[in-house]
Amino acid sequence: MSHTITPAVSPVEGATVQRAAARRGRLLLLAATILLCAVLILQILDASGVTALGLVSWRPLLFAYIVWAVALCASQVMIRGEAGQRAVFVLPAVLFTVAMVVFPTVFGLYIAFTDWNLSAAAGRRFNGLDNLRTLFADRYFWNALLNMVYYVLSVLVQYVIAFGLALLLNAEIKARKFFRVAFLLPLMLSPVAVSWMIGKSLMEYRFGPAATLARHLGWDNPAFFSTPWLARTSIMAMDAWVSIPFMMILLLAGLQALPSEIKEAAKVDGASGWQSFKEITFPLMLPVSMTVIILRIIFQLKLADIVINVTAGGPGGATDTVSSFIFREYRDRSNVGYGTMLAEFYLVIIIIFVALILKGASRWMQREN
Amino acid sequence: MAIIAETSDRRGSLWSRRPQFLTNSLLIYAALVFWAFISLFPIYWTITTSFKTAVNVTQGHLIPFVDFAPDWKGWRSLGLSPDTILAPSTVRDEFIRRFLNSIVASAGASFLAVLIGSLAAYGLSRFSYKFLWMANKDISFFFLSQLILPPVVLAMPFLVLYKHLMLLDTLIGLILIYTLMVLPIVIWIMRDQFDTIPVELEQAALVDGCSIWGAFLRIVLPIALPGMVAAFILSVILCWNEYFFAALLTSSNAKTLPVMVASQTGSQGINWWSMAAIATAAIMPLVLVGIFLERYIVKGLTAGAVK
Repeated sequence: MSHTITPAVSPVEGATVQRAAARRGRLLLLAATILLCAVLILQILDASGVTALGLVSWRPLLFAYIVWAVALCASQVMIRGEAGQRAVFVLPAVLFTVAMVVFPTVFGLYIAFTDWNLSAAAGRRFNGLDNLRTLFADRYFWNALLNMVYYVLSVLVQYVIAFGLALLLNAEIKARKFFRVAFLLPLMLSPVAVSWMIGKSLMEYRFGPAATLARHLGWDNPAFFSTPWLARTSIMAMDAWVSIPFMMILLLAGLQALPSEIKEAAKVDGASGWQSFKEITFPLMLPVSMTVIILRIIFQLKLADIVINVTAGGPGGATDTVSSFIFREYRDRSNVGYGTMLAEFYLVIIIIFVALILKGASRWMQREN
Repeated sequence: MAIIAETSDRRGSLWSRRPQFLTNSLLIYAALVFWAFISLFPIYWTITTSFKTAVNVTQGHLIPFVDFAPDWKGWRSLGLSPDTILAPSTVRDEFIRRFLNSIVASAGASFLAVLIGSLAAYGLSRFSYKFLWMANKDISFFFLSQLILPPVVLAMPFLVLYKHLMLLDTLIGLILIYTLMVLPIVIWIMRDQFDTIPVELEQAALVDGCSIWGAFLRIVLPIALPGMVAAFILSVILCWNEYFFAALLTSSNAKTLPVMVASQTGSQGINWWSMAAIATAAIMPLVLVGIFLERYIVKGLTAGAVK
């Protein structure tokens, strides 16, 4: 706790001190940048075999980058004073994200245009647009993309159920805390564990309780993963089980934030439960609903874990998501170049799709208001 | 006593329209119990199955002590039953290694993400930046847009990158990529948290001679602590459950729990009890977190989404 008052410094003297600090800051930044470039050049030379320093890995470059990042932060404070101190708040996160995202994306773009199979003897080889051509002819990729459309549409069903549950929890009930925790629990569980718990044991053909129940209900042959639509629905059900709580919690928070006077007024006016929901609650909940659905769609586009572990895309690619398809391309076929091209192509589609949704949503909200 | 008085009072006021009220609330409770059953049954099933033997599984017995006699079989195969807990067991050592890996990876990544994420969120919430063409809104969007990035896009470049940096199959590598994964969410939660703290508090501290960082560390941070805890817990949950990167980037040394569970499911046999024991052990920490820290999870999830 140093609440010492800084001694009054005459303006001229202060400016000189400031300028000296700024000069030192610039020197520091320059030195760090030179260090970073020198390490980079040495590493490249070493990797291409021009010099033999015997560097085992590219780790020195990583350390040089860290040193440079720290120097950048310090020099900001020295050069720009208070503005620099402010900049240091965001700089670590920015430097981290840039290092972790920009390089892999750019490098990924390069890999995407190469023919590179880890199990093949030949190394990386540039092959231009061949991967793209293969992609357009790849029936299984387009099939996976079509499946993604179904999976994204299933978010709407999840939304309806989640809204219902949120309304239930918002009603005047006893033991609300218990029900809220119980409803939330599926969200905590790892998709991998869920794959086994539900996909591989509860829905197991011979002894699973779900199969037994189905037999009791008159379904002779409850094989949940046999036909394409059945398998897809089963995967959707599992995914819904895990992710409905997420939507439910957000919708419940939205319901609780609604001004209670409005509902009171509706009750006084004699509106029935359904009427007051349709005319008042639902329209007021639209902004929250929008946020929830868009968030869920973004997460749904990454759906992979459950599919990988339960069906591995089967039967015949009926349950494949794009992510699980690429995952198998990497791991089973070691087809790095082509897999990366698929991923980058998918990323472009996602960006366009999400941008359209966001745009549509914001325009629609404006019209509503 | 007060509670009884209140309920009887309420019943009195509703007595006049009893039939409709009764059916309504009956329906509500029926629906609630039904969904609670759907949510809890798979967890119940997994826990009980870990105490079953082959016969109990094939005959579909459900209730312990009534239907079947609990047996430590599943836990014995993990080396965690009472009679094997002291004996040396390779399976248990393996399991504990994976468990610790999961803890280190998720706690480390969450800590790092909360650290740099909170700083960034505070900056974005309080000061206005201008970097080239990017103002605050653009920088925030830059961070949030990382949420859209599917793991498959980063997977392969990271595999190559990590191979060259010798970070493959190390916990540091996992921590770095998990930090990247949860950072947008942390920034989202924390910015919402800082927005609710009045600026006047820091202004008073600045007038008293604190520096910007001093005001942040001494005044704002203690107030924002609940938000940080919420962000931390949510990050831990996400990292704990992460499978995709762990499956691709680790092989033996840094393998985490989900990868171990997944590798066991591959062997489709009848030994459900040991699978159930592993699954139970893998989900138990999170079930406990869910039960006892539900408040923070809800706080973290709802931050920023509901205005």
